[in-house]
Amino acid sequence: MPFSFLFGVVGTEAGLDLAQVMGFSVLVIAGASQLTALQLMTEQAPALIVLASGLAVNLRMAMYSASLAPWLGAAPFWQRAFAAYLIVDNSYAQAVAEYEAKPQMSLQERVALFFGTMVLIAPLWYLGTLAGAVAGRDVPSGLPIDFALPIAFLALVAPALRTLAHLAAAFVALVLGLLLAGLPYNLGLLPAAAVAMAVGAEIERRGYARPLRAERAP
Amino acid sequence: MTGWSDAAIWGTIAALGVGTWLVRFSFLGLLAGRDVPAWILRHLRYTPVAVIPALVGPLVVWPEATGGTPEPARLAAAAVTIAIGLWSRSLLAAASAGLATLFVGLAVL
Repeated sequence: MPFSFLFGVVGTEAGLDLAQVMGFSVLVIAGASQLTALQLMTEQAPALIVLASGLAVNLRMAMYSASLAPWLGAAPFWQRAFAAYLIVDNSYAQAVAEYEAKPQMSLQERVALFFGTMVLIAPLWYLGTLAGAVAGRDVPSGLPIDFALPIAFLALVAPALRTLAHLAAAFVALVLGLLLAGLPYNLGLLPAAAVAMAVGAEIERRGYARPLRAERAP
Repeated sequence: MTGWSDAAIWGTIAALGVGTWLVRFSFLGLLAGRDVPAWILRHLRYTPVAVIPALVGPLVVWPEATGGTPEPARLAAAAVTIAIGLWSRSLLAAASAGLATLFVGLAVL
């Protein structure tokens, strides 16, 4: 869980105490949201912008929720509520792949499988942040820790640029982000993202969202 | 953290926690059984790649540590992180290569 470790380091460096850094990783459990909120907080953006941007960056989780609904929708409320907390890239991808491969699974088996995907990942996520927060206290001064956050973000987004549509959305976001950077309170971020999102979706609708290259076998 | 009271920080953490949970619970719970229009799902797919570059672009081009002046080592580190991330599809490989470039670049340039 390198990303949660990085969040621990960067959050501690930004001045959050241990409980606050852990609070982020336990309550939010979404790296991009946590890091977006943290960055905007250090830029003194208004709380409303911090929240809206932190949520916007992880709206794809709603898509995961929609694709899990046919498989888990009949489970009891508390199981769906807990499963929702544990929806991340890994659990979603792993679970839906298994469900599609074995459609004869019972509802109970599907629920168990979903929680099973997170038995290791969730604790490792918390521990990663804890380790990062402890390590973040001892970063020698003079290290360019300011740039760990941009690198973490870029390392998160670059592997996700799988299709022409993703690439175009990212490019539009980058250009608009730079053009609108002068606006106060980071007000330019969400409009830039909204336009970029529409560009990606439109390219996909026109049928150009093919992978940039064949994926290697895992 | 400067400018933020403890209460404001915890309030933000809690609100973000509830908010992200609501996003995840959306179609599993609150909107269960509703058909999701295809165009909405199509837009949602691009949220991370639409938000993160818009946020990170200014941080790379005008870093705060240099008072907002573009700086070659940081630009190189960002370029290497993107290139290795695209090529390897690995967050860890991309971040390691980017940090290594940053350290070497700051020492050399």
